[in-house]
Parts: sequence; C-alpha cells; structure tokens
Amino acid sequence: MSENSIALIFACPLFGAVLCTFLGGAKRALCHPVAVVSLGGALWGGIETLRRVVASESHEISYLLGGWTLDSYPRGVGIEFRADLLGTLIMLVVIGVAFLVALYSKLTVSEETPEKEGPFYTLFLLQVTGLAGICLTGDAFNLYVLIEVAALTGYGLIAMGSARAAAATFNYVILGTIGASFYLLGVGYLYMKTGTLNMVGIQEVIVQQDLADSATMQVAFVFIGLGILIKMAFFPFHAWLPNAYSHAPTSTSCLLAPLVTKVMIYVMIRMTLTVFGVDFSFEETLWTKLLPWLVVVAIVCAATMALAQRDLKKMLTYLIVAEVGYMVGGVWIYNYYGLVGSIFHVISDACMTLCLFLGAGIILRKVGTSHFDGLKGLFRRMPLTMTGFFVGGFSIIGLPPTCGFFSKWYLITGGMLAERWEYVVALLFSTMVMVVLFFRLIERIHLAVKESGEEFGHGHGDLDLPENETRFDEAPLSMLIPLLLSAAVVLLIGIYNQDVVNLVESFLEPLNLPKGTDR
Amino acid sequence: MRKLAVAVVVLTGGLLLYAATDFAAWGDPESPASDSDVSKHFIAETGVDTEVPNMVTAVLADYRGFDTMFETVVIFIAGIAILAILKLTGKDATKTPGKRKDEVDDAPDLIVTHTVRLLVPIIQLFAFYVLAHGHVSPGGGFQGGVIMGASFILVALAWDLPRAMDRLSVDRAILLAGVGILIYAGIGLLAMFLGGEFLDYAELSTIFPVSREMARYHAMLGVEIGVAFTVTTVMFAIYASLSSKGRLEGGL
Amino acid sequence: MFGEDGGLLRELLVERFNYCIYVVLLLIGLYAMIAKNNLIKKLIGMSIFQTAIILFYVSLGVKEGASIPIYKPEHDPHGHHAEDHADHKPKDANASSSASADAHDDHHEVQALTDEQTRQYANPLPHVLMLTAIVVGVATLGVALAVVQRIYRAYGTIEEDEVMKAIMEESQGIPSTKGSPKSKKGASKKRKAKKA
Repeated sequence: MSENSIALIFACPLFGAVLCTFLGGAKRALCHPVAVVSLGGALWGGIETLRRVVASESHEISYLLGGWTLDSYPRGVGIEFRADLLGTLIMLVVIGVAFLVALYSKLTVSEETPEKEGPFYTLFLLQVTGLAGICLTGDAFNLYVLIEVAALTGYGLIAMGSARAAAATFNYVILGTIGASFYLLGVGYLYMKTGTLNMVGIQEVIVQQDLADSATMQVAFVFIGLGILIKMAFFPFHAWLPNAYSHAPTSTSCLLAPLVTKVMIYVMIRMTLTVFGVDFSFEETLWTKLLPWLVVVAIVCAATMALAQRDLKKMLTYLIVAEVGYMVGGVWIYNYYGLVGSIFHVISDACMTLCLFLGAGIILRKVGTSHFDGLKGLFRRMPLTMTGFFVGGFSIIGLPPTCGFFSKWYLITGGMLAERWEYVVALLFSTMVMVVLFFRLIERIHLAVKESGEEFGHGHGDLDLPENETRFDEAPLSMLIPLLLSAAVVLLIGIYNQDVVNLVESFLEPLNLPKGTDR
Repeated sequence: MRKLAVAVVVLTGGLLLYAATDFAAWGDPESPASDSDVSKHFIAETGVDTEVPNMVTAVLADYRGFDTMFETVVIFIAGIAILAILKLTGKDATKTPGKRKDEVDDAPDLIVTHTVRLLVPIIQLFAFYVLAHGHVSPGGGFQGGVIMGASFILVALAWDLPRAMDRLSVDRAILLAGVGILIYAGIGLLAMFLGGEFLDYAELSTIFPVSREMARYHAMLGVEIGVAFTVTTVMFAIYASLSSKGRLEGGL
Repeated sequence: MFGEDGGLLRELLVERFNYCIYVVLLLIGLYAMIAKNNLIKKLIGMSIFQTAIILFYVSLGVKEGASIPIYKPEHDPHGHHAEDHADHKPKDANASSSASADAHDDHHEVQALTDEQTRQYANPLPHVLMLTAIVVGVATLGVALAVVQRIYRAYGTIEEDEVMKAIMEESQGIPSTKGSPKSKKGASKKRKAKKA
C-alpha cells in the first residue's frame, strides 16, 4: 500500500467529492465530516510520500499512471507523477491548509451558502485534488488539465456566494482563461519542438538538441511564463484577484487565498528549473534582466494599494499581490539563496495567509463587517482569535520567530548576493508598509484609537464601549481551533526553519545555481 | 480599453508570427512531433499493447487515461458549479417570477413533437453505437455521451423542460454524473488494489479471464461508459439550469 | 529565414497558412475578450480564442501522406486474437518485417508496425489533447454563462460598464462590504426603469 501513497493524495479527495454529491440532498450534514475524513486520508498519503521521498536515494519518486514505461526516448508515453522534494513539500502544504480550512468551514458554509453544502464540499475537495495534483504531476499537458480543474472549481466556489462575488468571478474567468490558454499554447510549442509532453523528457531534448536559440522555444517560454503570471495575479495582471477573494464566501477565500497563487508560483519554479532548465531560463532569455524591475514595480504598487484600503479582507488580498511579487523576484534574481527564499516563502506565505484569512473570517462573522471601523476593541472580546490573527500579521511583517522572518531573510540575502539592490529596497519598502498596516490594525483592535487619532479610552480594557461590545465573546471552537493551529504552524515552521530549508537545499543543490559568494 | 486591447493584440500577434517562421514545415513527417519515439510508440505499439485499432481511443483512455479522468471531472465540476451558482435558495426559491414578455404559452407543436418522437429512439441508439464502437471507429464516451444528452435536450425543446425532467430529473442527473466518475476512478482504483499502479488496467486480467492486452481493451470500454454517464447527464443538467435560469421549470 | 524564392512573406503565407489563420483567430478572440463591453460578446471572444488554439494543435498533427490514426484492416490487431495471445511478446519492430508485412497479419499474432507502416498514420496525440481542450472549453463556457446569468439576475444588465455603475451605487449606499439585498434590487429596478 505504501508505494501507492501518491495515488491516495488525489484519490481520497476525488472519492470524497463524489460522496459529497451523493449526500448533498437529504444528508447534507454529513458532507462536512466526509470532507474532513477524505482530506485526512490525503494528508496521510502526503506525509507517507514525503517520508518515502526523503528516504529514497535520488530524493524523487516516479509514479507511472497506467503503468506505462519510461523507456522510450524522449520519455512520455504515459503520464508520470514525479514526487521530488519541491513538489512534495508544496503538496503537503496544500493538503495541510485544505485540512484546516475544512475543519473551519463547518459553520460558515451553512450560514453563507445555505442548502449548498453538497456542491460546496464537492468543489472544495476537487479544488484540493487539482492543486495537489499540480504539485506532483510530471506531465506538461496533465498540468494544464489540473490547472483547469483548480480554476473551474474556483469559479464555482466564488460565484456561489453573493451577486457581487459573481460579478468579480467574471473577470476571473476571462483572465484565468487567457492565462491557461497561453500556457496551453506554450505547451503546444514545446511539443512541436520536442515531440513529448513529459517535463523531464522535454528537458532532455532541449539539452541534447540544443534548442535554446530556436524562436519557437523562446516564444513558448514567453507564453508559458505570461500565462502563469496571469494565473498567479502578478501585479499588472492582478485585476481579478482582490474583488474575487474579498467578496467570496469566507471558507472559499480561506482556501483559495493561501493556495492558488502559491501553487502557481510553484508551477513557475517547476517550469524554469525542470522543464526549460536553469541554463535556458536564466541565461538565454531576457527575463533575468527584466523581471526584477517589474517585481519592484509590482511590490511597490501592491503595497501602496494595500495601504489605501479601509476593508480588512480587501487589504489582505492586496498583501497577497505584494507577496507574489516577493516570490517571483526571488526566482528571477537568479541566485541560489533567492530561490531558497522563494520556495521557503511559498510555504510560509501559504501558512500565514491562511492564518490571516481564518482570523478575518471570524471577525467578519462576529462583527458583520470587515471594514476597519468595526474592529475597535475586538481584542477584549476575542483575545484568542486576535492573538492568532496577529501571529499571522507578525509573520507577514517578518518578525522573528515566525516563519515569515526566515523566508524574507533568505530573499533579502539572495537579493544582496546577486547585487539586485532594487529588489532589496522594494522588499524593505514593502516591509515598512506592512508594519504600518498591522500596527494601525493593532491600534484599532487593541488600543481603540479612532481614525482621527483621538483615543476614546485608555486601552487595555477601559474603552468606554458599552458593556455588550466588550463582553468576552470568543469565536466558536470549530473556527478557533483551526486558527490557533495555523498560528502554531507559523511559529513551528519558524522555529524549525532549518529543517525545511535543508529539504529545499537538497532539491536545489544539484542545479548549480550561482551563490553569489564565489565571485 | 480599446487601445490597450489593440496594443496587446499587436504584441501577441507579432510574437506568434515570429515563432511561426521557425515551425517545422507543413505536414513534415520528420518533424519532432510526428517523428518522436512517443508518437511512433502510439502508432506502432497500440495494437500490441491494447489490441485497440483506434489509436486515438487507446491514447485517450489508456496511455493518457489520467488526463481523461480529470477531463471527466472537469465536466462534472461544470455541472455542479452551474447548478450551485444558479440555485435559488431561501426567499428567492419560493417566489414565482412573473412571465416574461416574450414568453408564449403555446401547446407543443404537433409536427415537431411527432418528429421528435420518431427521432429520439434513433438518436439514443446511435449514441450507444458511437459509444460501443469507439474502439474501432471515431467515437467513444464523450461523443456518445453528447449525443445521448442531446436526445434529452431535444425532448425539452420540443415539449418543455418538465417533460424532459420526468425522464431525467436534474437531481438524478447529478447523481448519475457522480456514478460516471465512480466507474472511471473505481476501475483505476481496482487496478491499484490488484497490485498495479492507478489506472493500470492490465492488472484486471488477474480477476477476469482475459489476457493483459484484452484487459486493457475491455477496461477502456468500461471507463468510456463512465465518461458517457457523466457527459450525458451533465449536458442535460447544464441545459436545464441555464435555459430556466436556475428555476428548473418552464423552459426556453 | 529569408529564402531566395519569395522570402518571409511566402514562407508565412504559403507554407504555413494554417499557422497564420490560427494567429488571426486567436487575436480576434483576444481582442474581443479585452475590448468588448458586453459580457456575452466577451465569452464569444473566449470561445474563438480557445478554438484558435485547437486549430494550432490540429495543424501540428498533420503529416503528409498519412491516414487517420485508426489501423487499416491489414494492420488491425482485432479479430484474430482468439487463441494463445496470452503469451506473446512484442517483436522487434524492424527485424521481422519487410514489404510483405501487410499480408501476413491474418495468421500471425499481433505485431508492432514497422517504420514504413508507422509513416502511414497520423500522430494521434494532438487529437487526444484537443479532445481534452474542447471539453475544458465547453465546461468553462458553461460556468461563465451561469455567472453571467447570475449577474443579470442581480443587476439587470450584461453591459460591463452598467454592472460596474450598479456596483458602485450599491457600495456607496452602504459603506460596509455587505450590501443588503434590498439596495441591490433597488438599483436593478431603477436600471430597468431607465431602460424602459
């Protein structure tokens, strides 16, 4: 059974999803436990897979779907799942986050989308199937299919909420389709030149036939890159994200916000490192020169727009756009430590974004609005929730010992060693903005300062608020526990950061990336 | 917006045409896509591996069966998502909307209904033919499923939606779509439990009295039937909810 | 790139006609998706866009002198596997056959095709990929249409700028993000009244 642990990762949520459809009518209440149990099964499969990948000699496992051989040259007769350290780590994050959100979602789903529990959990589980599959697949076209699985479930999950959410979904559909189609077109170009769809097979052919100069390959690179950048909401293409995520039902935004953009960054890393190869991606294209400057623009603009928001959820969505800039930059400064930071930041950003969105969901449910005006004195009412929320906030700022500190540390180190000062400055600028953002929030939530700066209490319990607004009124346990768990994960990844980084490094070590120190 | 669109279009077009000059010559049998071992394997070995004469079916349902499973899942997702997006809940559900101006309450046309009465059985029979004959001629689960779904849509067009929903209610359609996924993934899982990898149909020969090649042949028919279930039912469900704006009554 | 006889234009228009057509289709679709104001027109653009990519893949599968990827009767493995095929192994593709290979199949066990025979069939892979892409396109279109219907139900219009205006009015009415359903309906009613 152990050798099939990879199959469990997608089979469990898939069967769970079908079961949720069957239960969706009369036995709606059972959908939630089914979702939790099937994600638990997937989580087990994921952990087992990671254990096997770490134990194996080459740090990668091939799982041949349908049992077809790899003997042909270039390989790729059947579809292959390749679990290496990078993919397995991200996959585990995907399933872990989804598991926590599934626990959390019990109340919000039946409140915000009544009578739709069946479809909600079906789409929820299929979303996880798609995202986890993206992290493991070794086939470029299979990746496209899985991207579309994730995208379509995303459209459904967002649009089943309010009408405003549906209006936001439409932009998402249009931009998402352009992105995915560009990717598909790029894969077609790759297939035309290499004759295979297997990622490793494509890489082999590129190296052996020296296809780097070919116009087709260059254009393929541009289209695949552009498609993925659109999908991950990189700054000029981010238009779909803020509205879609801030108006989506709570559980939906908790699932999509931490995962979708990060998984797309994983796809970009996979494409540059595994499919096109380090030499082609970084040496033969203009992206290394061009993209860090775009990243600077992206980070500065997104951070500034986050500053302008007066709505908690909206603000968080702009933070996601800024964070996407961090990670894209970490890849394209073309430095070993930058890439370590990028991969580590994918993991830690998923955890801390989850933390923030879970917290924001609780606030939205308790207060009825996520506008800043509604936040005053919340610490008194919900001390545990707010503690969890602030752990996520501190991690976004990058305070030790949260994981955000360490990933940002690697990113900045990489920027310095690669002598990309513009990137370093942009990172520091955005850190400043986040400090402002979160301490402004802390003021409101903790110390009760009005917009004008005038205090209306003395903080810490003496807020001059009516009795019913300061009464201890903590979130229900089913929502609180996942939030605190995710806060704990943020801290744990921070404390044990070296272990995660070691795994990332043993993936990156064979690639011979410049470390910047040997110059 | 228009200027932006023109700029994007010009840039994209330039890039695409630049790439087109580098493409392999038109129809060149020596081009990498046609000449690689992967493509040759599909053409030369399909008969040996699976005994299916239609290579497209074999590649679709076996070599790249995992893609096709998720393709079916995509259809399933579309059905579920459309129903969930358009479903009316709470207050809206009980409220009966006023009649639209262009809505006419005519009895179904005699000629149309009689023609459809004659056509539907033939269409459905043809759907089964396309499904079952997918191994030796163009066809298969998707094509057969779409034709089958069309027969239900035809009933809905000729009479009205409730008439078609008597035959296949939307709730039951979604259940059957799930059954289709279960058939497909179930065959994959069965192969896994018999000792192979997920979707390795050849392992089915250990419990069925056929050779490994014929096990693949028959399992492909099995998964195509699963696909047909999902496609048929989801096509109808999509039509039903889109044409009635989620009310699932009346019709166009 | 610039051949002696005709140069770039000839190379593009004559030898790669399909590749030009798909570019044109793709650009039409892309333009409609970005520039059009009507949501349905945007979706029509999306369909054209996806169809263009399908045309590209199908063009990629063209192979001169090749037939459709279904075995001709003489290569057909089906129908003669009644007995003792359980133990056969694929033969070395090149060794066993020559020009006479066409005739032998009726009596022999299934064999892999020779290179010569392989050349007679088109590559099945692009067709399979496009079957998937078509299905994905249909699914996306369906979901997008449902979203448009949902927008129409709420705002009473499918013109993008009018939807935007309705959303702005709605969010100005109530400062919080949660617009109450009442204001929504008010806005859409007003809109309808204006139209009438």
